[in-house]
Amino acid sequence: MKKRSLGKTWIYLLLIAGAVFFMIPFFWMFSTSLKSYDDVFAFPPVWWPSEVLWSNYADLLVELPFLRYTLNTVIVTGMTLLGFMLSSSVVAFGFSYFRIPGKKVLFRILLVTLMIPPQVTMIPQFVLFNKLGWVGTFLPLIVPTFFGGAFSIFLLKQFFDTVPREFSDAAKLDGANEWKIFLKVYLPLSKPALATSALFIFIWTWTDFLNPLIYLNDDRMYTLSIGLQQLSTSRTTAWPQLMGGSVLMTLPIIVLFFLAQKTFIQGIQVGGIKS
Amino acid sequence: MSKVAKSRLREARIGLLFLSPWLIGLAVFTAYPIIASLYFSFTHYSGLSSPRWAGLDNYVQLFKDPLFWKSIYNTLYLAIIGIPLAQVLSILVALLLNTKVKFLGIFRTLYFLPSIVPAVATALLWKWFLNPQFGPVNLLLEKIGLPTPGWLTDPAWSKPALILTSVWGVGGAMVIYLAGLQNIPTELYEAAELDGAGKIARLFTITLPMLSPVILFNVVMGIINSFQSFTSVFIMTGGGPENSTLVYALSIYRNGFQFYKMGYASAMAWVLLIMTSIAIVFVFKFFGKYGYFGGVDKQ
Repeated sequence: MKKRSLGKTWIYLLLIAGAVFFMIPFFWMFSTSLKSYDDVFAFPPVWWPSEVLWSNYADLLVELPFLRYTLNTVIVTGMTLLGFMLSSSVVAFGFSYFRIPGKKVLFRILLVTLMIPPQVTMIPQFVLFNKLGWVGTFLPLIVPTFFGGAFSIFLLKQFFDTVPREFSDAAKLDGANEWKIFLKVYLPLSKPALATSALFIFIWTWTDFLNPLIYLNDDRMYTLSIGLQQLSTSRTTAWPQLMGGSVLMTLPIIVLFFLAQKTFIQGIQVGGIKS
Repeated sequence: MSKVAKSRLREARIGLLFLSPWLIGLAVFTAYPIIASLYFSFTHYSGLSSPRWAGLDNYVQLFKDPLFWKSIYNTLYLAIIGIPLAQVLSILVALLLNTKVKFLGIFRTLYFLPSIVPAVATALLWKWFLNPQFGPVNLLLEKIGLPTPGWLTDPAWSKPALILTSVWGVGGAMVIYLAGLQNIPTELYEAAELDGAGKIARLFTITLPMLSPVILFNVVMGIINSFQSFTSVFIMTGGGPENSTLVYALSIYRNGFQFYKMGYASAMAWVLLIMTSIAIVFVFKFFGKYGYFGGVDKQ
């Protein structure tokens, strides 16, 4: 009995040590965002600012085009969500519901595309969008999403496969065609999978760096990730603003996590276990 | 045509209609770019004027380019140390959290949160956190009497610093391992205990073998992500100091979009595709030999 409680103590000690390792950087990010330059470049470093400057956040919004960046990110993320959700659910239904010759091969191809490094398709895509005159606009970030995302299609198809056939047969007897069955039977039953898919699309787009870096070249079009990166190269010592910007960019994701913890964890686990 | 055949044909046609957005996207945004990229890799191409056929020249130049070998070395270094380290740590944390501890939900949340911080924010944060002079890490190291390295500013420490940064994000893998652990039937442990197997023996004869499909998944994802890793390096070091963190994806980006050597960059991209495929096949072979896949549905 005594031995067992000793083991428990070790487990708690390890867990707490780990939690400290994972949390200290968060704390540092937040405390830096409230520091004056004197505190930021104090030696030795100080953990908490001698004077808490909430005005650093006001600076971000007034002096720097942070609101603009946020608005741009919201536009790109919103349109991406719309594009991926519409197209992926339709395609996933196609994969799940119909008997199509060669469907298995096509689904294999879909899974393989998940593993192709974006570096391989990046250059010809850029050349293509450049010829269309789309570079410098949001179009290269948004238009491809209306043609389906492999991960969302995979996730939704796996879920659609579990919808009992009797439901759609009943709807068919009532005279519903395939489109109606998709809208009235499959979609309403698949809210958890749709939520998981939307959540992941949101995070990927909100945090995406490479695509905006390649396609956006005008300060007024920057998303948060490019805006922050540019700020870090133009004002290399503006650590309070850089950390404040990082806090603001991270906040929506953390809020979402606490609102939809189950969807989050299950989504990651389904993606990890079932494939 | 029989009635059945007719309705089958109709079903396939409507089905293809539903698949058509993806089929068009596959052709335009994936298949065409892959083929075009292969073609570009045999040309000199600035992206502005039209490509000029160059045969194998890009590939020949590539294998003679010391920076190419340097970027491969750096990428493999980060993968070979970073991926196993991440697996060991995340399995360890998952094992700890799979015991009957209190505040499980809180611990799980605290360990998981860093993995959802945007890559740009993570990179900026750790660049500042590891600042040799004004960051808290060296302050702590100094207090306990350990050496205080230059981290991202020192070629000898820049790669370990990047690995340390990536370790902060192992929460995602941990959550997957936790689910894997909870899927292991408890009867296996009960039977082993009756046979007198100790804790260590149970770990190696039950837990790890039963976990091997999940390990395989996480290792494959780790390889894919690690070979493509770009954002953290781009922001934290820009490839320096002395090219000690020039990773492969950064080198492709530079050649393509900063030096406008798009043919050369395409050749690099194809080498990346081949390297990734070889690594994944190798890992699957390894796990096929040593892993346990008895209870897992292949689909």
